[in-house]
Amino acid sequence: MDEESQGERVKSLLPVLTVVGAILLFWVVSVVPMNMHLTADLAQRQDIVVTPDTPVARQDYSGIGLALRNTHLFGMTYTLERPRLPSPHQVAVEMWDTIAMKKVTSRRSLVYHGWVTLSATLLGFAIGTGLGILLAVGIVYNRAMDMSVMPWAIASQTIPILALAPMIIVMLGSIGIQGLFPKAVISAYLSFFPVVVGMVKGLRSPDAMQLDLLRTYYASPSQAFWKLRLPASVPYLFASLKIGISASLVGAIVAELPTGARAGFGARMLVGDQYGQPMVTWAALFAAAITAAALVGFFSLIERWTLRRMGMHAA
Amino acid sequence: MTGTAIISALAVWGAGWFVNARLANSAAAQSRLVKLLVPAIFGVTLLIMWELLVRMLEVSPVILPPPTMIAARFASELPILWADFQQTIIKGAMTGYIIGMIVAFAVAILADRSDFLTRGILPVGGFMAALPIVGTAPIFVRWLGSDWHSKAAVVAVMVFFPILVNTVAGLRDTTAMQRDLMRTYGAGYWATLFKLRLPAAMPFIFNGLKIATTLALIGAIVAEFFGSPTVGMGFRISTSVGRLALDMVWAEIVVAAIAGSALYGLVAWIEGRVTFWHPSQRK
Repeated sequence: MDEESQGERVKSLLPVLTVVGAILLFWVVSVVPMNMHLTADLAQRQDIVVTPDTPVARQDYSGIGLALRNTHLFGMTYTLERPRLPSPHQVAVEMWDTIAMKKVTSRRSLVYHGWVTLSATLLGFAIGTGLGILLAVGIVYNRAMDMSVMPWAIASQTIPILALAPMIIVMLGSIGIQGLFPKAVISAYLSFFPVVVGMVKGLRSPDAMQLDLLRTYYASPSQAFWKLRLPASVPYLFASLKIGISASLVGAIVAELPTGARAGFGARMLVGDQYGQPMVTWAALFAAAITAAALVGFFSLIERWTLRRMGMHAA
Repeated sequence: MTGTAIISALAVWGAGWFVNARLANSAAAQSRLVKLLVPAIFGVTLLIMWELLVRMLEVSPVILPPPTMIAARFASELPILWADFQQTIIKGAMTGYIIGMIVAFAVAILADRSDFLTRGILPVGGFMAALPIVGTAPIFVRWLGSDWHSKAAVVAVMVFFPILVNTVAGLRDTTAMQRDLMRTYGAGYWATLFKLRLPAAMPFIFNGLKIATTLALIGAIVAEFFGSPTVGMGFRISTSVGRLALDMVWAEIVVAAIAGSALYGLVAWIEGRVTFWHPSQRK
């Protein structure tokens, strides 16, 4: 099984690299038409010949049309200071500058902003997951709770809960709670329902035959819980954890947006947007993406390790 | 005062719980009526407790308005709510959803011809679906202006990956035996696609479409926090929060909840019609 999945992974490495390469290529090629108008304006100020030679006339052309008439400006589109679409290497340089070259305590360091967002994410995720598991246990063991709460838990997944974020921040702010906790509440809220739904499914996954077997062993309900239901729910738990952690991160980022937060990935995106520094926005966006990937990857690793120890498969 | 408030709220809770426990453990627990009644009683109990506590503890409506106040605001502001709904849900979310869906289907069908591409797209698409794509909202607002076009673009990108991954995975979900049978019928690629593989992929595709409905609403609302014309649900939420008109915020959230459930319900209904043959649809 293990060697097989190893082989599977090696076999899909080349296709994955191809797809990623195609996306990067598309990005690099798009830079030229996206930035052409800006570049043409800049080039004209530096007395480089541009056709057509007035900004008004250039407005009549699309980015591609203008690019085809000014092939000598291609190089410049990749080096603009404030491009509409930065090229991958510009984003990489900005990220290197703000992640590796700044002290982590500096307000210009992305590591600092990342930690602000990440701490809220993790706190909220821990709260949401803990409460979610408790509620799931209650639902599985109490019929009234099951019938009352479960339809709402399922319905709530179809509702854009994130819209509540600005209000929760203001609500908690007006009773004097600020900083980390309000963001964590939103993160908790977003990770709560996937965990409830997944855990209920997992705790119910043992079939009647297995439950009957335990009854023939004269196992008590608590033994049935600890020795059968809980272990059986682990694959489902990990599936929900992976959904929950990325939802938590999105929650923490969005919670920073409408409230004028000064630190965090969301705040960086907003600052870059408002002060016309596209590179700041893009770097924050990619840093957030890498953080999300790292968190999900981390849980996948634990999942694989745990399930192998338990001799189980992913749900 | 505080004591009576808490005691009466607890009394309401106890009464609601007692009725539900009786109903859930009664002989009629499996009937349709009881299955609807129990969650309804639970919801109403919570609303009454909310109303009681807010009124009796004199919580400022700036912190938490009581449900009746939200309902009154909802009823009196219907024209504004309707305009916001049209701007955000119809123009922003629905347009983006349809664009993202069509592009995802097209890419899936194109990639499907090559096993190599499929094996690349599945992990990359699954990875992209877990990223905070909603963060691209400020970029799209800058590119496409603050009207609904930028919101539709954000939504299209957000729904693209889950639909793509599910469609590609679904198209792979036929057995060699089934495909061989089609070949013995003399069916070519397109006949096999339309008569065997697309129908077989439908449960997967609808799974992706259902995930995407919630994402579409989130994208459209959150993107408006970055800039919008003076209409739209996200715009109304952020400005009403600024003016401390929380009853208006709650009214918008009620609209969002109704719209989200309705969209999901619509997709689930179409799913039931299309995949009536699938075991999960059996009653």
